[in-house]
Amino acid sequence: MAETTTRARLRWGLLDVIVVVFALIPVLWIASLSFKTPATLTDGKFWPREWTLDNYRTIFATDQFVRALVNSIGIALIATAVAVVLGAMAAYAISRLDFPGKRLLVGVSLLIAMFPQVSLVSPLFEIERQFGLFDTWPGLILPYITFALPLAIYTLSAFFKQIPWDLEKAAKMDGATQGQAFRRVIAPLAAPGLFTTAILVFIFCWNDFLFAITLTSTERARTVPVALSFFTGESQFEDPTGAICAAAVVITIPIILFVLFFQRRIVSGLTSGAVKG
Amino acid sequence: MSINATPAGADVSADETATSSTGRHAAVPAQRAGRGRTPLSENKKAERKLGWLLCAPAALVMVLVTAYPIIYSVWLSLQRFDLRFPDQREFIGLENYVTVLTNEFWWTAFGVTMLITVVTVAVELVLGMGLALIMHRTLVGRGIVRTAALIPYGIVTVVAAFSWRYAWTPGTGYLANLFSEGAPLTERASSLAIIMLAEIWKTTPFMALLLMAGLALVPEDLLKAASTDGATAWQRFTKVMLPVMKPAILVALLFRTLDAFRVFDNIFVLTAGGNETSSVSMLAYNNLIRGLNLGIGSTMSVLIFLTVAIIAFVFVKLFGTAAPGSDDSERR
Repeated sequence: MAETTTRARLRWGLLDVIVVVFALIPVLWIASLSFKTPATLTDGKFWPREWTLDNYRTIFATDQFVRALVNSIGIALIATAVAVVLGAMAAYAISRLDFPGKRLLVGVSLLIAMFPQVSLVSPLFEIERQFGLFDTWPGLILPYITFALPLAIYTLSAFFKQIPWDLEKAAKMDGATQGQAFRRVIAPLAAPGLFTTAILVFIFCWNDFLFAITLTSTERARTVPVALSFFTGESQFEDPTGAICAAAVVITIPIILFVLFFQRRIVSGLTSGAVKG
Repeated sequence: MSINATPAGADVSADETATSSTGRHAAVPAQRAGRGRTPLSENKKAERKLGWLLCAPAALVMVLVTAYPIIYSVWLSLQRFDLRFPDQREFIGLENYVTVLTNEFWWTAFGVTMLITVVTVAVELVLGMGLALIMHRTLVGRGIVRTAALIPYGIVTVVAAFSWRYAWTPGTGYLANLFSEGAPLTERASSLAIIMLAEIWKTTPFMALLLMAGLALVPEDLLKAASTDGATAWQRFTKVMLPVMKPAILVALLFRTLDAFRVFDNIFVLTAGGNETSSVSMLAYNNLIRGLNLGIGSTMSVLIFLTVAIIAFVFVKLFGTAAPGSDDSERR
């Protein structure tokens, strides 16, 4: 018995290693490129032979990248905040209240989750030009909220259904006011769900490329993924590879941090939304 | 919450619904009568109003940003509308549809999109199932595996695409000379293979997470019983796990299929649609932003929308994919 356990452990361990290597190689590769000097950039080696931080200095010295980074952070944060608030309101209603039209709302958000975003590109391009939203923050925030809402509603209603709401009643019976019951009892229980949803929504907004490339045209609202695809060297003779990789690493850092610190939450958010949502 | 705790969590929520509903019955017997088509009590009316009020903002945003544009794009698709020649704008009926549907670029892009969708989803289902089993059942390093698997899910697609692009660039990349001396991203077959590889790397973890949610529903007792009765691991997988997981598998397949059909970012970065590797999304983008042809661009938008609707319809009708949430609302 003990022997099979050891062997089983070894087998699982080997599988684990394969998964980890497969998942990490592309990330390590782009990080490695970002630390290579121009002379060794094209040596085809996986690890840098000479290390440099020049690529990072270059991108932070250019307006192009810094502006895009500010746009990315601002747009993703605002869209996340709005989507989580609107999503929480709707999810509370779905999980706690009984009203006609509830299934319709769930159905609509499901349709939107499956909606081909590229179908909106042409009409939104024209509509946003008419309303002066083209190439502005709100012009991107609106579609992001829209497509993040189904995710937020599903994840949050799954979380809300697990909250023992009777505790609220109990707290009130023990003499707490409605506000106290909410603040002291319900809010702490709901916070992890809200937080998890916020991470998922932020990742979604942070990732978007299609809307960002079609609904922006200048540095005013261009986000990092788009800026990356437009990167050119400081002169036309300069290879932008190092700069692109450095910028890519910078926008990957928040994702890595989320994943490292909140792995359990992200996994439970994605799986609970999928099954029980 | 780890997946071990999920069944327990589900129990808690089930208990909760049970107690809260009995509590509600005891407290407001009139509410039960409300379901039987008798006039609504004040309480019930207030609950409805609050429900609508809370859902209204979300519903409004979702409908305004999707329904209105898609209707508008049907309208645009019936016009000759090229932003370079705005004076020539006129209503031309279905002419744009004829133009697109008789155009070989459209059908090439359609074929490429279909190919990528079918191949990546099939491969992802197999790999995703494997990964789900590893993440669910591994005896060692569960946290590490799950953390690692989330990285492809979370990483910006464009970043991953650049990583793959440089990996296959002759001179720069560690993979460039793996198969041949040429430049893989300048030939059609190898470009398509690399696009699919990039897609699969990026989205297998998502597939695996959805499948893992299904795995968590497989009762451990059932597996033990099957094992005692002498079922092999393969039999336990096909006869016990798969049937229980079927709904989760179908939902995962539906979502991934629709998602794969919109493939854009990877192609944009890896080949920019060169060597006939454009997807329909790429083609619509090119017509709109490069060609500034709103009429044709909108026609493609509508056609893509219809294709996706058909795929979703087929899944729901043929395979009986239960929409997530639908069974849940019935249970209530």
